[in-house]
Amino acid sequence: MKMASLPNSQTLSFSSSLSTLLPCRRLTAFPRRRLSSFSVEAKIREIFMPALSSTMTEGKIVSWIKSEGDTLSKGDSVVVVESDKADMDVETFYDGILAAIVVADGETAPVGAPIGLLVDSPEEVAEAKAKAAKSAPSPAAASTPATPPPPPAKSVSDAPTKTVATPQAKKLAKQHKVDIATIAGTGPFGRVTPADVEAAAGIAPSKSNVAPPASPAPVATTPAPPKAAPATSSPSPIPGSSVVAFTTMQSAVAKNMVESLSVPTFRVGYPVTTDALDALYEKVKPKGVTMTAILAKAAAMALVQHPVVNASCKDGKNFVYNSNINVAVAVAINGGLITPVLQDADKLDLYLLSQKWKELVNKARSKQLQPHEYNSGTFTLSNLGMFGVDRFDAILPPGQGAIMAVGASKPTVLAGADGFFSVKNKMLVNVTADHRIIYGADLAAFLQTFSKIIENPESLTL
Amino acid sequence: MHSSLSLSFSATSSSSATVFRSRHSFHAPAPAAAPLNLRFCGLRREAFGSCLAASLSRHLPRRPHTAAVSAALSDNGSPPKSFDYDLLIIGAGVGGHGAALHAVEKGLKTAIVEGDVVGGTCVNRGCVPSKALLAVSGRMRELKSDHHLKSFGLQVSAAGYDRQGVADHANNLASKIRNNLTNSMKALGVDILTGFGTILGPQKVKVGSSNKIVTAKDIIIATGSVPFVPKGIEIDGKTVITSDHALKLETVPDWIAIVGSGYIGLEFSDVYTALGSEVTFVEALDQLMPGFDPEISKLAQRVLINPRNIDYHTGVFATKIMPARDGKPVLIELIDAKTKEPKDTLEVDAALIATGRAPFTQGLGLENIDVVTQRGFVPVDERMRVIDANGKLVPHLYCIGDANGKMMLAHAASAQGISVVEQVTGRDHVLNHLSIPAACFTHPEISMVGLTEPQAREKGEKEGFEVSVAKTSFKANTKALAENEGEGLAKLIYRPDNGEILGVHIFGLHAADLIHEASNAVALGTRIQDIKFAVHAHPTLSEVLDELFKSAKVKAQKSTPVSEPVAV
Repeated sequence: MKMASLPNSQTLSFSSSLSTLLPCRRLTAFPRRRLSSFSVEAKIREIFMPALSSTMTEGKIVSWIKSEGDTLSKGDSVVVVESDKADMDVETFYDGILAAIVVADGETAPVGAPIGLLVDSPEEVAEAKAKAAKSAPSPAAASTPATPPPPPAKSVSDAPTKTVATPQAKKLAKQHKVDIATIAGTGPFGRVTPADVEAAAGIAPSKSNVAPPASPAPVATTPAPPKAAPATSSPSPIPGSSVVAFTTMQSAVAKNMVESLSVPTFRVGYPVTTDALDALYEKVKPKGVTMTAILAKAAAMALVQHPVVNASCKDGKNFVYNSNINVAVAVAINGGLITPVLQDADKLDLYLLSQKWKELVNKARSKQLQPHEYNSGTFTLSNLGMFGVDRFDAILPPGQGAIMAVGASKPTVLAGADGFFSVKNKMLVNVTADHRIIYGADLAAFLQTFSKIIENPESLTL
Repeated sequence: MHSSLSLSFSATSSSSATVFRSRHSFHAPAPAAAPLNLRFCGLRREAFGSCLAASLSRHLPRRPHTAAVSAALSDNGSPPKSFDYDLLIIGAGVGGHGAALHAVEKGLKTAIVEGDVVGGTCVNRGCVPSKALLAVSGRMRELKSDHHLKSFGLQVSAAGYDRQGVADHANNLASKIRNNLTNSMKALGVDILTGFGTILGPQKVKVGSSNKIVTAKDIIIATGSVPFVPKGIEIDGKTVITSDHALKLETVPDWIAIVGSGYIGLEFSDVYTALGSEVTFVEALDQLMPGFDPEISKLAQRVLINPRNIDYHTGVFATKIMPARDGKPVLIELIDAKTKEPKDTLEVDAALIATGRAPFTQGLGLENIDVVTQRGFVPVDERMRVIDANGKLVPHLYCIGDANGKMMLAHAASAQGISVVEQVTGRDHVLNHLSIPAACFTHPEISMVGLTEPQAREKGEKEGFEVSVAKTSFKANTKALAENEGEGLAKLIYRPDNGEILGVHIFGLHAADLIHEASNAVALGTRIQDIKFAVHAHPTLSEVLDELFKSAKVKAQKSTPVSEPVAV
């Protein structure tokens, strides 16, 4: 609506932050005004919806104190505006005649939108009125009245198709200018919840320090599979595309990913030969030991020797040496991503770890993981080797010091120190770490230890 | 609402003030809900119309008892000659309890009949447990407000609550207060008779089903009220509930619709939003919080509604509410209050019906003494004397509290009971209902006494006096600012010619406690020019009222002579 009344935006610029009437700067270069729409409307000033408080985004016209045609002098109260905080009289900075009221009593307009037109002389009143008439169809009505969201006209018959949104969801939708009808509700009975709106608006869930009994916020690690990319920030999606609201899990992942941007990370890669490990795996596989358990165990044993890699830095001022080594392992489940945690991975043997891992995966599939089973990790392991990925780089989950990305183990031609070529299985591991607490040498030493454990895996079975 | 006000004015008489107050009492059938509710008021208006007529027709004989008694005698045979008790009170709620205590003080042999639990609605299903829930909600609200805490320099990591713990607090408080009431009556020698009381004839009451008949010289009906549920609404006690169920806090729904935005609805919205629910108000009138002074309700809406997880539908009736069943949510059908066109259907997790309260007078045996209730209310005159179908006073029978509908507040019932005891012990007494304060315990609280501004202006126009308004803000009060609770307004409506206080309305921190300075002034007839010289401790919230009185512009001079100086 703001633009409709601004055919000539050089003449009428927005001013934004002043507290009372905000007549715009005007162009006086042209001596005469004509009615042609792109001619100069030099002396028509727009009266804007003022920002009466720092939080005000729109205002409601309680009443116009002056009527159309009234002569105003500087300092006169012209209109009473209701903000989110109070009713306030708004004064004019200029003398003139109130030519037209664009936003009538009881209507709402966003901050900065023209609500009335002010002219210098009576001759200009007609011109201003014409201008106001042009912009008339748009005001306020376009941007929903302030008070209760207009219910769909008919109800009973079309009940199944209408969008049901909770009060808070409606408020958020209005605040973030999201059309609630386009959001797929994920709440009970398919209603649109505040989280749905936040996800659609691409914002992190509003912060509240009320702890819900159990917060099902999975800790996210590796980049999520690129699905349902939110197209919300772009003004208009390509025709035919569909907007999909984030699920709770996706919202949690998104939140963690964005949060990770505040941590300065660096990456160190290391090649590890795995022939011995593969041989071991063949031996213990029949006993139910999984590769995940072996890698977790190896990482845990390396972490014992390099506690700083198992540390975490929460606020940037100090860091915590974690007393337990809890290895979180990223798994893709039902299109989502979750990190079940193998607690005390250094203390359990391979068989127990493998058993524990199976339990966790089953729980994750049935969405029965308890919060401590997915958010207590101190180090994360992510393995995409099974897809043939040879190397990748993981994003550090908030609250952890390091994450290890494991690629596929592949036969590789290696030149030995003795000058002979040999073919050995080699895998690349790549660790992302928080450089505030873990430095290059720490990580390199950790990787060296890890590599030694993998290359001499007997210690894993002890 | 307004039409009924003007009507009561049109019947201006010496007693009109009393009648009038009863109508805008916001404890009264919360003017919230449906057409039913409006009709409710309408019928009560008729009731009062006839009761007024009655008292006017038999006006001047100051003590009309003799006439009334003879009438009754001829109707109903002879009353008992000697009595088991001097005073028998039917209903041991707050009203009955207040009357009983005062009766004992006056030396009357007193009994109280209770068919349910001592304490009545207020103690068991009303004001008392709701205060416990509101105490919790107030704290939750503070702990949740990062902004507020930060401004104090406080850090709280995660505020959470245990629903059962909150519910237990409410329940424990109710039983504690109930025991206090019971013990205080027992200690004073009031006999508590268990069973429903039925009036058999003049001065004769049957207690319970045991056919035990008790006689008393005077009888007070104090049977109170129950939640009013408009037709079309199906209460299942789980997803469609009244305040009776809500106070048990068996669930905290994600989304609850509250039908009626009177004080009951408002208080529950405060509780539910603090505990994490989202709330949708359904209000029959065009604006929320009808019944409050318009300026106060506007401010209250800004603070109590708009910033919270609340939306609302105004000008609509809930014609049909079906509880959640068969995997479907609670369905609420709304029609436009004026056009009666279907307007919307709400799907929510729960609905709280807060459309006011209906008198509990069934089975009281009123037909035995030829009394016809007006939509359930027992018709009474300004001295709480019961009026029969012929407009005659029923001798020795009084009705107080919600059952007479004059002003549906616990403390009003108690005050009416005390007034009746004064009368039966030989001292004429008429309670000034305009001096009875009322409060809504939201965060912050709302309180009021006397007239609202529109009512006062209307009265001023009728009676030819000028009405002025003075206001002070909590923002200027040191104590309020120290608490970071500067949001609030106190408003004084007064006569500038003689300094009479017509009404005081407060919205702000501890408003419910602050109102008493004003209500006492109204009750004692203290004028502004006198009370403004009273001293208030600094810094306290009471200075809000001090400022308020001082800012009033009264033409009359201080009336009482300055008291003798006392050396200290």
